[in-house]
Amino acid sequence: MHLSIAGGLPCRMCVLLFSNDKMAKLTIKRLSPEEEFPDLSQHNNHMAKVLTQDMYTKLRDRATPNGFTIDGVIQTGIDNPGHPFIMTVGCVAGDEETYEVFKELLDPIIEDRHGGYKPTDKHKTDLNPDNLKGGDDLDPNYVISSRVRTGRSIRGFCLPPHCSRGERRGVEKMSVEALDSLSGDLKGKYYALKNMTDAEQQQLIDDHFLFDKPVSPLLLASGMARDWPDGRGIWHNDTKTFLVWVNEEDHLRVISMQKGGNMKEVFNRFCTGLTKIETLFKDKGTSFMWNEHLGYVLTCPSNLGTGLRAGVHVKIPNMSKHAKFEEVLKRLRLQKRGTGGVDTAAVGGTFDISNADRLGFSEVELVQMVVDGVKLLVEMEKKLEKGQSIDDLMPAQK
Amino acid sequence: MHTNFSKSMANNFARILSGKRNVGIMSLVGAGSLTAAFLLNREHVTAGAQVRRVYPASADYPDLRKHNNCMASHLTPAIYAKLVDKATPNGYTLDQAIQTGVDNPGHPFIKTVGMVAGDEESYEVFADLLDPVIKERHNGYDPQTMTHPTDLDSSKLKSGKFDERYVLSSRVRTGRSIRGLSLPPACTRAERREVEKVVVDALAGLKGDLAGTYYSLTHMTDQEQQQLIDDHFLFDKPVSPLLTCSGMARDWPDARGIWHNNTKTFLIWINEEDHTRVISMEKGGNMKRVFDRFCTGLKEVERLIQEKGWEFMWNERLGYILTCPSNLGTGLRAGVHVNLPKLSKDPRFTKILDNLRLQKRGTGGVDTAAVGSTFDISNLDRLGQSEVQLVQTVVDGVNYLIECEKKLEKGQDIKIPPPVRK
Repeated sequence: MHLSIAGGLPCRMCVLLFSNDKMAKLTIKRLSPEEEFPDLSQHNNHMAKVLTQDMYTKLRDRATPNGFTIDGVIQTGIDNPGHPFIMTVGCVAGDEETYEVFKELLDPIIEDRHGGYKPTDKHKTDLNPDNLKGGDDLDPNYVISSRVRTGRSIRGFCLPPHCSRGERRGVEKMSVEALDSLSGDLKGKYYALKNMTDAEQQQLIDDHFLFDKPVSPLLLASGMARDWPDGRGIWHNDTKTFLVWVNEEDHLRVISMQKGGNMKEVFNRFCTGLTKIETLFKDKGTSFMWNEHLGYVLTCPSNLGTGLRAGVHVKIPNMSKHAKFEEVLKRLRLQKRGTGGVDTAAVGGTFDISNADRLGFSEVELVQMVVDGVKLLVEMEKKLEKGQSIDDLMPAQK
Repeated sequence: MHTNFSKSMANNFARILSGKRNVGIMSLVGAGSLTAAFLLNREHVTAGAQVRRVYPASADYPDLRKHNNCMASHLTPAIYAKLVDKATPNGYTLDQAIQTGVDNPGHPFIKTVGMVAGDEESYEVFADLLDPVIKERHNGYDPQTMTHPTDLDSSKLKSGKFDERYVLSSRVRTGRSIRGLSLPPACTRAERREVEKVVVDALAGLKGDLAGTYYSLTHMTDQEQQQLIDDHFLFDKPVSPLLTCSGMARDWPDARGIWHNNTKTFLIWINEEDHTRVISMEKGGNMKRVFDRFCTGLKEVERLIQEKGWEFMWNERLGYILTCPSNLGTGLRAGVHVNLPKLSKDPRFTKILDNLRLQKRGTGGVDTAAVGSTFDISNLDRLGQSEVQLVQTVVDGVNYLIECEKKLEKGQDIKIPPPVRK
């Protein structure tokens, strides 16, 4: 709207309205929705595939109770048009309510990203490690290390893209209190990024534990790196097999890892640790963000459900050169990465192999897929070493 | 039609939540109707709109112990507590203004400003912080008591033609903001596009040696892009975290572009760090002609936007309003690329520059080192002196530097000049 007033000076106003409900309703915000709609013509990400003018017009009248808006959700997807071969998500949540307030946008993205997961589907959570069959005997001549990671968000606090400094510090304080009360083989220590000594920093680097300020524009554009390194830190147990990142891309990233192929032990510790931490939070009157449709709620829609990535570093030089390698991975519902993590290339035939799914399968089911799948890959590798065919080992699509 | 916003309506502003994106939201009682466009009285602007926060100010106060920038030097917990509950009429908050300074602790030797303005009103609503920052950055200029002189009458410039055996090129740049639209850290996509439209429309009306063409970053052909790179005109998405942390690079390259005249001596950047950056430049030492074109071009553009009902952000206290407080006043940097092989090795070089109120940079711009003995020499000051005064300072100063160089060539001694001002 454009009103001419005396003196010929055009004037626009930002006028918005809040209500008491879970979803706040906004009226006019800056200029018309057509004028504000982003140019997504060069874009290839899930957000760009789904967001239409009509949807934007409808959603921009809303805000979560914490004031997070559609523009906040999609900023990272606008700023990062994407890659022709890799489909990024292109949006983030600023708080737990984002997934409800902006469901018209997020449900189709979740469906596309998570193999057809419907808005009415229910996600099962299973953190009982006794339900895992086997997993303690992956051949250590091939499997160099085993790791399970997930994320957790603390209910009642905004997520990293939107939190204030006070909230981020609140998350840190609460998390460190909970972690400090762990005992036995989980007993450990917290290293705040901003108070770390040079010696501590070097040790954490040598242990491959230290995380740095993100440089990926995918992350930076969402606002999650604000105020770095305030409120950020790393906690790990004395035996260096259980590690927690505080306030990086999520409130908490929880990692269980060890050298060798005993995924069962890694998963045991993972479940025990997580369950203990969750109990400690409940004692303090809060909990993790979770619901029966989306499972555990995290910053990126790609990490919903279990938020779980269970993986190994495995030596499969022959298998990885085989023409059917990609097909095998696809059927096993596994993905490959280089040993430097996502976006890296494999070095010398050693790959990071992990589950491709996050939502719609339980934790036990996903780790089972990794255990069974890696076992098969190692069998295939051994056959190829001997010059034998692997045709009779080809798995069915899971 | 001119609507005055009453005090009682202002007091009904309620429940603004502070968030990290452009959220500072006002609720208008009874706003069933769509838009209500109105002018706020000055006192309401200064008072700021009320912001409701979840945490007390002390919980959100940034940790600035390792910081060395102007914002960190002046943001006390008391000032933070006072200002953090306020937003400008467009909803811009203190946390947004200081984000870049929190994220970039600074350098022990170089003191950055550490904050930006999201709109014209930021300079009023957050004056308790911005005034001391401005005072420190601009050598004691006190916005509460002083006025800034604007003078774009280039005919007053004396002897602006340099010896071209030393001066390779001459350049004057400034910025201008369009009143009524938020600045790059805070503007929405539509506002940014509006800035582009307003400015490009005006530039299309330029004639004679100022006539030119606009190249939108989004729609540029590969060939156009290559030409602009070869001309050293193309600007890229900023990578400096000082800039990106303020939010000014959002939605890149939407509504960004470059306009230049056919003779490639007058160039305008649209929606980079400011709404517009205006640059007049030429090879050689004819600073007079560069400044003439600068002033003529600026005045023409101003006339053209005024025809359509727009104007530049300007006031008596702060001169031209730009995104970074360091560019207030004239926003002007007049400079030359000059070859000073002997003088630049003289231990008195830095002191001479200081006394002449000049600064040196490498020829790649700020943050670059000089190549060989060619330096970028320009005015240090921006606010408190007029455009004519600052360009005169550069003219007089560069002439003095060249005289020193010539003396050193002949084996004669040089003198450190007395300080130009203060």
